Amino acid sequence: MADEIVLLSYWPSMFGMRVRVALAEKGLKYEYREEDLRNKSPLLLMMNPVHKKIPVLIHNGKPISESMIIVEYIDEVWNHKSPLLPTDPYQRAQARFWADYVDKKLFDIGKKIIWSTKGEEETGKKEFIECLKLLEGELGDNPYFGGENFGFVDVSLVTFSCWFHTYESYGNFSIETECPKLVAWTKRCLEKESVSSSLADPHKIHDFASGMRKRLGIE
Amino acid sequence: MAEEVKLFGGMWASLYSRRIEIALKMTGVQFEFIEEDLQNKSPLLLQYNSIHKKVPVLLHNGMPIAESLIILEYINETWPDNPILPRDPYDRAMARFWARFIDEKLIWVSWDAYRSKEEDQGKAIEEACKQLKALENELKEKEFFGGDTVGYLDIAAIMVASWFGVMQEVMKVELLTEENFPNLCQWVEKFVDCPIVKECLPHKEKMVEFIRVLLKDFLASR
Repeated sequence: MADEIVLLSYWPSMFGMRVRVALAEKGLKYEYREEDLRNKSPLLLMMNPVHKKIPVLIHNGKPISESMIIVEYIDEVWNHKSPLLPTDPYQRAQARFWADYVDKKLFDIGKKIIWSTKGEEETGKKEFIECLKLLEGELGDNPYFGGENFGFVDVSLVTFSCWFHTYESYGNFSIETECPKLVAWTKRCLEKESVSSSLADPHKIHDFASGMRKRLGIE
Repeated sequence: MAEEVKLFGGMWASLYSRRIEIALKMTGVQFEFIEEDLQNKSPLLLQYNSIHKKVPVLLHNGMPIAESLIILEYINETWPDNPILPRDPYDRAMARFWARFIDEKLIWVSWDAYRSKEEDQGKAIEEACKQLKALENELKEKEFFGGDTVGYLDIAAIMVASWFGVMQEVMKVELLTEENFPNLCQWVEKFVDCPIVKECLPHKEKMVEFIRVLLKDFLASR
């Protein structure tokens, strides 16, 4: 029986893009359904009643929520190619730790740069750069966070890269100046079809953010 | 080579550290517990968890692992004779989802409900009960979240087993009642009665006293 895979997502979401990257890495066919977050579909509300958020993966009718939990599920079920997590338990723990670090820090700190109404842009920028530098340090001289191969932590972070232009624009800084190795890593990842076909266009993201800021009265 | 397992944890009231103690005891692994004074963290802890500077940290043959849920996964994979996570990928995803839900949502909305001022409390309690209901529905009538035996999600839910009961007494706000959450309340009884859990879980009365002292300024201002 063929697998039925549906992804409920929202095009600017870096969390939704993570799932797209993982599905592409595994060469999986799926149905993509765009959600309007101001008018969430009955399907989304039914499939993720707890958080009512995207992304949600529906595999043969069964829903999974939370982007990195979905990515890990994809990696476990379709383990025939492109493993995202390493096999060694300690390496796996380290990968989970850094993906968790991205989850805990980057989005919320980044929000201060783009959406703040309380003059938090400078603090946000400073903290954001600190986070990226830490991640850059973790990358070291490896081509990917997964070492020689694109992996779990790469998936968790690379989708933020299409938002870099927006963070830079509103924070008035250059990520390439601050973290050149990290930017080189994003370019390396974008050479992969699974990444380039899954990430949104940075200029479209910027237009989206600009539109949201106007609606929020920030711009 | 003999295994060296050390657990850097908080004092007896620190529930995240208790999670790891329970999991290690369930595997039967010998380990050394090193108690950290969270007001005066040791250089070793700060070295092993330089990013978050928190407990618990598991040290296995000199290699540190931080973040309690990540440590539980590591224990599951390293000592696989007594797995704490389900084997089926979908069930594993669900266990991970609900553990994160407890840590990232349930505890915070419940804390809001416990500490809200009177005028905001009704709404906060309603929200906390909504979230508890979700967990109640997930448990259904299973003996444990893990099925017949204590598993990853039960261990993660130690917060529900211990913290709620304590907060209820200290703050005099009822959230986790038998009337509203019969499955969860029954689970709490079974969970705290498990021999290994009993060994690790702090006594409720001792916790209540401890939390009362910790929150004395907050309680006095109400």
